[in-house]
Amino acid sequence: MDTTVANTGTEGKTWGGGNKPLKASYGKMMMWFFIVSDALTFSGFLAAYGFSRFKFIGSWPIADEVFTHVPFFHGNYPMIYVAFMTFILIMSSVTMVLAVDAGHHMKKNKVTWYMFLTIIGGLIFVGSQAWEWATFIKGDYGAIQTKGGNILQLVNADGKRVAISEIALNAEGERVQHERNSGLWFVDEGTLPSYTVDEVYNGLVANPDVLVRTQIINEEGEKTVLSREESLMRVKDDGKIVVEGANLIANEYGTSLFADFFFFITGFHGFHVFSGVVINIIIFFNVILGTYERRGSYEMVEKVGLYWHFVDLVWVFVFTFFYLV
Amino acid sequence: MAHAHKLEILRGLIKFKSNTQKIWGVLILLSIVTAVEVVLGIYKPEALMTKVIGMKLLNWIFIILTIVKAYYITWDFMHMRDETKFLRRMVVWTGVFLICYLVFILLQEGGYIEGIYSSGFIKRDF
Repeated sequence: MDTTVANTGTEGKTWGGGNKPLKASYGKMMMWFFIVSDALTFSGFLAAYGFSRFKFIGSWPIADEVFTHVPFFHGNYPMIYVAFMTFILIMSSVTMVLAVDAGHHMKKNKVTWYMFLTIIGGLIFVGSQAWEWATFIKGDYGAIQTKGGNILQLVNADGKRVAISEIALNAEGERVQHERNSGLWFVDEGTLPSYTVDEVYNGLVANPDVLVRTQIINEEGEKTVLSREESLMRVKDDGKIVVEGANLIANEYGTSLFADFFFFITGFHGFHVFSGVVINIIIFFNVILGTYERRGSYEMVEKVGLYWHFVDLVWVFVFTFFYLV
Repeated sequence: MAHAHKLEILRGLIKFKSNTQKIWGVLILLSIVTAVEVVLGIYKPEALMTKVIGMKLLNWIFIILTIVKAYYITWDFMHMRDETKFLRRMVVWTGVFLICYLVFILLQEGGYIEGIYSSGFIKRDF
């Protein structure tokens, strides 16, 4: 084996190999690599959201009118709940970084407690997001979708929203949901909305102070409200189906893309939080079992911490672009 | 692993005694920024509705405050402040360059399509 070069004679020199110019371990570097690529994935989604929003800049839903609910409270409180969620996530980031700090000092008990609190924070956040989704899917006032796919909402003379269910009156010739047993066995359809457009139209005729509000944003930055004659005409001529709540095809808040992006981006983020919680739990048990104590280093906590902070970082942007701007 | 933490934020304006103290300090800073965002988001002051470079001043404020928050999360929670200069640049410059590029292209294109719709060549409000 004399032909094998054992020494290059360049040991200790800059290009002699074995250097760690970035002074970071392999695992930490790879976590940063992953974070950069994941950040690009998220910015791809958010930029696509921006694209659609710029495309429909004159008719995009106003977030303050969509996300107005707080659990256990009635009334109209835009922003409050999502601000709470943001705070929870930042707070769990803080307990995470405290766990990392305690890990540097090899304090097993403190790391355990801080990891535990981080997991709790993550669970509260995921739960809140589930609630937010449920409220969004359920909707509250209902709206009419036109043949062109636009949304018509109802307001009273003061500009306050009026629910479809408040005014709808019975109409003749109501359709029955088509099921497989009443025709071709391979043809069926989804649940029909609780009201038909005719019922809403009758209600509109019977309530002279109710007007139609379109998607179009006027110069004051508010949605355009039509006159009484236009309102009746719009619903009669263009109304196609009543929309309650939101799904991937239609939503009562406005452009269908709005709900699509909401589900996709907050869903993808929520999935990150969920997997973050799972990884945190694994690390938590490793801490309890003393794995890192024996290893002599809590760097694993630091690595999972990087991921957890990244999830927080993404939320900061989602918060801005979905709820603020 | 380096245990030395840089303990000053805001270019040395605030110096902390320990890393734990710095973490709480950054939390307070982030909470204040979020609170400002929420208050502005709820009240939407009329004075901030003027357009600056194609967007409302209020929206510019939101975006700048978001970047401020992102900076502190990365620098202090993710310990970017304590990493070597070139690890920092590898991550931040790559990300910032690619994201700016993508955002510019997509928003430009979105604005163009909006122009086509609003100038009436394509009808989509039936």
